[in-house]
Amino acid sequence: MRRFSLIAVPYAWLLALFLIPFLIVFKISLSDTALAIPPYTPTLKDGFAALIAGLDFENFAFLATDDLYYKAYLSSLQIALISTSLTLLIGYPIAYGMARAPQEWRATLMMLVILPFWTSFLIRVYAWVGILSNDGVLNQFLMWTHIISEPLTILNTTTAVYIGIVYTYLPFMILPIYAALDRMDDSLIEAAEDLGCSRLTAFWLVTIPLSRNGIVAGCFLVFIPALGEFVIPSLLGGSGTLMIGKVLFEEFFNNRDWPVASAVAVILLLILVVPIVLFQRNQQRQAEAEQ
Amino acid sequence: MSQPVFAPWEDANEKPLIRFQNVTKRFGDFVAIDDLTLDIYEQEFFALLGPSGCGKTTMMRMLAGFESVSDGRIELSGKDIGHVPPNKRAVNMMFQSYALFPHLSVWENIAFGLKRGTMHKDQIAARVDEMLKLTRLEKFAQRKPHQISGGQRQRVALARSLAKAPKLLLLDEPLGALDKKLRQETQFELMDIQETTGTTFVIVTHDQEEAMTVASRVAVMDEGRIIQVATPDRIYETPNSVYVADFIGEVNILKGTAKAAGDELYNVDWAANQAPVLAASAAPFSDGQKCHLAIRPEKIVISPSKPEDAENAIEGKVLDIAYLGNLSTYHVELPGGQIIKAQTANTQRISRRSFTWEDPVWISWSATAGVLLDQ
Repeated sequence: MRRFSLIAVPYAWLLALFLIPFLIVFKISLSDTALAIPPYTPTLKDGFAALIAGLDFENFAFLATDDLYYKAYLSSLQIALISTSLTLLIGYPIAYGMARAPQEWRATLMMLVILPFWTSFLIRVYAWVGILSNDGVLNQFLMWTHIISEPLTILNTTTAVYIGIVYTYLPFMILPIYAALDRMDDSLIEAAEDLGCSRLTAFWLVTIPLSRNGIVAGCFLVFIPALGEFVIPSLLGGSGTLMIGKVLFEEFFNNRDWPVASAVAVILLLILVVPIVLFQRNQQRQAEAEQ
Repeated sequence: MSQPVFAPWEDANEKPLIRFQNVTKRFGDFVAIDDLTLDIYEQEFFALLGPSGCGKTTMMRMLAGFESVSDGRIELSGKDIGHVPPNKRAVNMMFQSYALFPHLSVWENIAFGLKRGTMHKDQIAARVDEMLKLTRLEKFAQRKPHQISGGQRQRVALARSLAKAPKLLLLDEPLGALDKKLRQETQFELMDIQETTGTTFVIVTHDQEEAMTVASRVAVMDEGRIIQVATPDRIYETPNSVYVADFIGEVNILKGTAKAAGDELYNVDWAANQAPVLAASAAPFSDGQKCHLAIRPEKIVISPSKPEDAENAIEGKVLDIAYLGNLSTYHVELPGGQIIKAQTANTQRISRRSFTWEDPVWISWSATAGVLLDQ
């Protein structure tokens, strides 16, 4: 009984915050659009039997017929994967540098990584508009130093989306990797060198495997939100950038087609279930290894 | 047939394996190693002993290649190794924290160094199995370091550092993390392994008992200098300074002035209203020279009445008794207030002890029992 009440709390949590909202969205995805409030049919007002009878998979079938959707999914996956790799490439050296920094510096460096969170995310993304636009800070600087003679078009391209995602999610990559590296005993590297490794092989054979959990956690923390990202592509990406978050938003608010939007969301969730489960397993293994 | 005594340091023709020549190491303004010269010979079990901060770990790290030399040179088999990086030295180290790779199994940890060379797979496997056998770890080969006990981890660290058959093995406080009983067992194991493999061992320790047990020679260090290098028995019996006498075991020090009293015999005036004590010394002392007489507690005899034929005898009273089971240490207060420690083996039951607290007793020792030191 006691065990039951113990697990009841997290299950109630999951039920209230995940399963019920999901079921609602799932139900809407099986409905038909209608000029009503809410803008779909059938609803519970029609009675339970009519409700069940009125549900079908026609919205999912529709998603398959229009290639906009699968292109958006693929393009989102591509953008999420590339920006996760970029974040890792930039974040790992930063985390490594932080972990190697003198003890008295580390708190300050950590502060610098966290500091951007003190400003609204939206404002920070807007700031990038000011930096990247044709007459923005970056172009003006490059023209002033005569590196370029004509402004570079960065804003409203996929490049701007990559810059935005990498910038926004960098702390989520740095922090878990830093945590893993910080725990590492320096004498392990010395031991590896003592046993015949060069600096580079010691890094490859000892440092990387020991920070593996941090790397995996960081990659998921970036990849999962980046896949469904909406704000960054719509502010920085312009119309040329196709991302599923943007499609979702347009279906909901521009087309007011809740059933199709819900179907898009359900499929996005199914795509994300795989990395989320993998992420959970990584966290669990890490917790076990630390015991 | 007696075995030949292992003492390469007394043979002038013997080439040392390691030679420190006027080595100095500075960290900023701090001098960690001060103009140090030392030879260590092949197959020696050499102990660097000293309090923390005396420079013994720095010496070891210079041998391993983790610290550079500020001045002087270090030779290994006659070659200067000052600029050879750690991974290119035929020297391996066993770390104080063991530094086992947590993501690798015991087997892979031991194979780690072997895999860095050009050794064939089968040979690596054979060598690892040999090491596992040597350290009695066969059963744990597939475990991860966090799945075995502290004592087993210590043996993995040893096996890993020995696997490449280094010319020289450095051991940084190898037994520091073990409890006392396990430590004593492991000391003998270490000696056996050292003998079996014939590797030169240099051990760093702050535990004088450990150094005395395992080492063929001990170097006592203080503030970046070596105070004395000698075999354990010589360090104990004939320390060259009060520092060494005091650092190794317990000792009574009587400060006084020397006065010749015959061939290699001196009278030491040590207290105003006490008769001088007689001490033998091969080292010469001039009359009136300040000196310290160091006497080990176990060389002092304690008796209820004045012994007949003792060369030195003083009356005092028992102030404290430390009962250690096999031994008892008596703290005897002399009339001048000085306290002398005398140790006796408890060969009889404690109820038969002939004196207790506050009893008047006589302490006595022979002229050759102590060592006369000038510093």
